[in-house]
Amino acid sequence: MNFLILSLIKAGVVAFVLMTTLAYLQWIERKVIAHIQLRVGPRRVGPHGLLQPLADVIKLLTKEDMLPSHVNKFFYFLAPFMAVFFALIAISVIPFGGDINIAGVKTAMQLTDLNIGVLFILGLSGMGVYGVALAGWASNNKYALLGGLRSSAQMISYELPMAMAIAAPLLMLNTLSFRQLVDAQGGYYLGFIPRWTVFQGPFPQIVSFILFVIAAFAETNRVPFDLPEAENELVAGFHTEYSSMKFASFFMAEYANMITVSCVATLLFLGGWQPLFPEQYGSKFIPTIIFVLGALMCFYHGFNPVRAFDRITLPVAGVVFLAVGAAFFAPVIGQILMPLFWFASKVGIILFLYIWVRGTLPRFRYDQLMRFAWTFMFPVAVANLFITGLLVALS
Amino acid sequence: MDAILFLLFATIAVVCAVNLVLQKHPISSALSLVGVMGSLAVLYLLLGGEFIAMAQLIVYAGAIMVLFVFVIMLLNAGTEQRTKRHLWASYAGIPLIAASLGLGAYIIQRALPSTEGVKFGGFQGGGAYEIGKKLFEVYVLPFEVTSVLILVAIIGAIVLASKEVN
Repeated sequence: MNFLILSLIKAGVVAFVLMTTLAYLQWIERKVIAHIQLRVGPRRVGPHGLLQPLADVIKLLTKEDMLPSHVNKFFYFLAPFMAVFFALIAISVIPFGGDINIAGVKTAMQLTDLNIGVLFILGLSGMGVYGVALAGWASNNKYALLGGLRSSAQMISYELPMAMAIAAPLLMLNTLSFRQLVDAQGGYYLGFIPRWTVFQGPFPQIVSFILFVIAAFAETNRVPFDLPEAENELVAGFHTEYSSMKFASFFMAEYANMITVSCVATLLFLGGWQPLFPEQYGSKFIPTIIFVLGALMCFYHGFNPVRAFDRITLPVAGVVFLAVGAAFFAPVIGQILMPLFWFASKVGIILFLYIWVRGTLPRFRYDQLMRFAWTFMFPVAVANLFITGLLVALS
Repeated sequence: MDAILFLLFATIAVVCAVNLVLQKHPISSALSLVGVMGSLAVLYLLLGGEFIAMAQLIVYAGAIMVLFVFVIMLLNAGTEQRTKRHLWASYAGIPLIAASLGLGAYIIQRALPSTEGVKFGGFQGGGAYEIGKKLFEVYVLPFEVTSVLILVAIIGAIVLASKEVN
């Protein structure tokens, strides 16, 4: 098939999936936080609040788009655009699985494989600061300016340990292309320990993984590092003066950054789409078993309903789960779903960690945040890099 | 395709560079400089220097310019005041710049031997692997000397910036 048409189709699919994930990530976040805090969360729009993201989108689109009179207009409009542009474009180098074969067309489950993919992501994350910093400055509001300043200082500081944490696994895997990174993590020690970077010799990168995840929290301005939008100090931080779709752009950028960073952590440290244990022990049955268990749970609660509408919604969800579980053994779809399952479940676990931390930890004070970056994370990252380099050189 | 991209980003680079000088507000100037850096990165990429392109984006556009913008925002630098220009500068300035640029280009073209034109994508060896190998095998001394030089600059900055201790 024509390269151009194929690329357009893939771009469309990836963009659609990314947008849906963005919308539903927010639904999942609200639900999880609600259950952590012993509430039920959104459930008015659609069954179990499943149409809430759609309602939110309609609300944001139709809301009055205000333009404060005292802003620098050019940068005020440029800032949300920059934020969302650099956040969304990063997904183009993320691979979701190996090569697939549909009706004779062989293609990779990735938009494009750059041989400097890791550097590309780092560069984009560095450029993403401008959106936030400019939004704070152009709003001509002291709270927004403080938010923008905090954000840029924080992102510069945490970019260093983040880059150091990324460098250590790269030393071991010896490539900068995401696809080759994942290929280098294939295989098993002793037949069952996966050769993911967190387990791989000569120096398992567990420290590096933890550092990366912490730095990623700070880079995406999430709790406990959400100083730029600390609502009890700064109203809403850098996006105080934004409303409607411009506010939604910042929102989308934040969630897209979360997804990208989780994907990068998965690809660098958790072996991408490599299964947890080898196929001869039945790793290909795992997704079906999980979905069938989910379906059984839905059926059980559907026939012993707590709320009246559970009698209808839960069995329907159960049937959907059974269908998805069966699809893993369908001829063409199965080969797409299998790597996607392992990839998405690892990304999902990290995203869940984000939400879990948000529901658990309080916010840092600003001096604590800076001291933590420079006096703890940075030395540890350097030490980790040195040890890794030494062991790689010796082995 | 390469030629179109080159013309596009070369134009953006030049326009941003001119804008950098013309803008009155420091933030606008700093962001124009980011535009120059970004389009230079694309030009490196077109030539096949992919590692240099990304280093340009990460180090210059991503780190150094963010610090610039940060400092401008922190100091709350306002629009600069225009002073009344000298008679010479306002009338002969642009023609003199054009003349000196033309003279420079002429001298360079005459002094240096003519070579073949640059072919887009013809250059191999711009990847991280090749650059790392060259950096640590052939150019290891200049590389290390440069890093010592930067260290000297950092220490100098700290000495200058730190308060006097009795």
